[in-house]
Amino acid sequence: MFKSIFEQYDWDTVKAGIYAKTSQDVEEALHSSHRTIDDFAALISPAAAAYLEPMAAISHQLTLQRFGNTMQLYVPLYLSNECQNICTYCGFSLDNKIRRKTLTPAEILQETAAIKQMGYDHVLLVTGEAHQLVGLDYFKKTLSLLQPHFANISMEVQPMDEADYRELAAMGLHAVLVYQETYHRDDYKKHHPKGRKSSFDYRLETPDRLGRAGIHKMGLGVLIGLEDWRTDSFYTALHLQYLEKKYWQTKYSISFPRLRPFSGGLAPKVEMRDRELVQLICAYRLFNQEVELSISTREEERFRNHIIRLGITTMSAGSKTNPGGYVVDPQSLEQFEISDDRSAAAIAEMLRQQGYEPVWKDWDQAFSPASY
Amino acid sequence: MEPLIIAGRQFSSRLFTGTGKFSAASIMEAALLASGSELVTVALKRVDMDNKADDMLQHLAHPHIHLLPNTSGVRTAKEAVYAALLAREALETNWIKLEIHPDPRYLMPDPVETLQAATELVKLGFVVLPYVHADPVLCKRLEEVGTAAVMPLGSPIGSNKGLKTLDFLEIIIAQSNIPVIVDAGIGSPSQAAQAMEIGASAVLVNTAIAVAKRPVEMAAAFKAGVEAGRMAYEAGLPAVNTRAIASSPLTAFLEEA
Repeated sequence: MFKSIFEQYDWDTVKAGIYAKTSQDVEEALHSSHRTIDDFAALISPAAAAYLEPMAAISHQLTLQRFGNTMQLYVPLYLSNECQNICTYCGFSLDNKIRRKTLTPAEILQETAAIKQMGYDHVLLVTGEAHQLVGLDYFKKTLSLLQPHFANISMEVQPMDEADYRELAAMGLHAVLVYQETYHRDDYKKHHPKGRKSSFDYRLETPDRLGRAGIHKMGLGVLIGLEDWRTDSFYTALHLQYLEKKYWQTKYSISFPRLRPFSGGLAPKVEMRDRELVQLICAYRLFNQEVELSISTREEERFRNHIIRLGITTMSAGSKTNPGGYVVDPQSLEQFEISDDRSAAAIAEMLRQQGYEPVWKDWDQAFSPASY
Repeated sequence: MEPLIIAGRQFSSRLFTGTGKFSAASIMEAALLASGSELVTVALKRVDMDNKADDMLQHLAHPHIHLLPNTSGVRTAKEAVYAALLAREALETNWIKLEIHPDPRYLMPDPVETLQAATELVKLGFVVLPYVHADPVLCKRLEEVGTAAVMPLGSPIGSNKGLKTLDFLEIIIAQSNIPVIVDAGIGSPSQAAQAMEIGASAVLVNTAIAVAKRPVEMAAAFKAGVEAGRMAYEAGLPAVNTRAIASSPLTAFLEEA
């Protein structure tokens, strides 16, 4: 279990180590043919800020070699904003007095039709965390409903037990995204005071449960802005390294959600500038050539236009972050504000202009155990 | 050049190509045409099998191009067999490139699942071309169960490192009764030529063409490299001597008697 590795590291010591990295450490990391977690620490350190251009050049080259001139596109489908957690940074938080909505099967199909119209074949199902109302049964029904419509179905919902994941994987669920939010145990508690999400350890062990359940892909990440992003990213990379060795048949992706404004919002404790996000993306690519790096519509148009050449392999477009947001109930409350509101077609055209092929389909339900 | 025959089908080009990683389907098409390739792999997961007007398939619709669907993405023999059956129905071909790499990082082929799937697929009437590690014993086992060729790797997929498995490829080629197609890791025309010079029946190249600055020209370069390598092989490359041969051999005294 990752927890035993996690407990060998002390947050303050890790942080001090990152901030103590020198130019020489960064140069050694840049020239290394097999970069270690310590090299990653150097690449995310303040000392590496002066090496952004060489980092970007290597990142671009490594990404091109592994992923080619392609960019995978996906779209989120928000199913519900019901939530029993209190999270200081989220629009769906229990103490946020908003109109709650959970899509019915008919509404899910209406939303699906709109998404399919945009050209999507990969969908990410998103909910709040409301186990009773939007739990395993709801997910199973939704998966059965959507399987004929999408080549690839992923989920970003509450952490579940291994048996639940095993059942969903057998039904054709391809990937699960579960973000630790922050690896800082005390701060985690502060931001998640109520609800099941307040259990730091249960969340920390979720990727282990996913790995044991044999999921095809899992997504990791932290919510950038809650804590020092360098230290949180070090722990994320440590987690990734452990998972890749332990659950070697699983693919991994990393996302970079920066805290965005929302209804009743919290200001980020730590601001991450664009150049720092670029540094982080490049550092991940230099550390790991195979990991998928994903960017969402939280980021602004100009930034997204440029970032695709620096290591990103997956992006969303034309997203709505509210249940029913595509056609059923466009006025329901968003989880967070979108920064890049261009349509999927406009993003695809932008990609083509830059010499990238937008990939709408890179999986097939034929490979799912549910098919045979 | 001698034509290559696999499962009764004749190929004049010994360069097989892939379809992934190109920046656009139109560029892929132009590169494949420049390569002269007559056998092109297609990942099932990238194709909309219910849609006859699938963009990628449209760009591959040339009389001289035969499609070789691959099972990339499957992790077990069971999944591979099911995917092959689907491909046969959707793409109307019984040729299948069998790829089972449960490890998504290095894409190393699983020998156990591959042999099991190959055995079953041959029984089901497929022309099976399995992607395998450069393992001489496994290649013989696959030949015995009836695969139409073997596709051992030169180095990890997409690495462009060339023939890191050279010693084992030479053994495989020396003892194979079926075509040996070097697949994966070939990053330059000279590496493709080297594979042909050692007697490979064909090579399969994707990344090196697809991610080149000018994929169409690179495809043409690979075509030339493969042809040069094959011509050299057929012409009979002189043996490499590791030391000079003395002009006055030690046994000359025997002639002087």
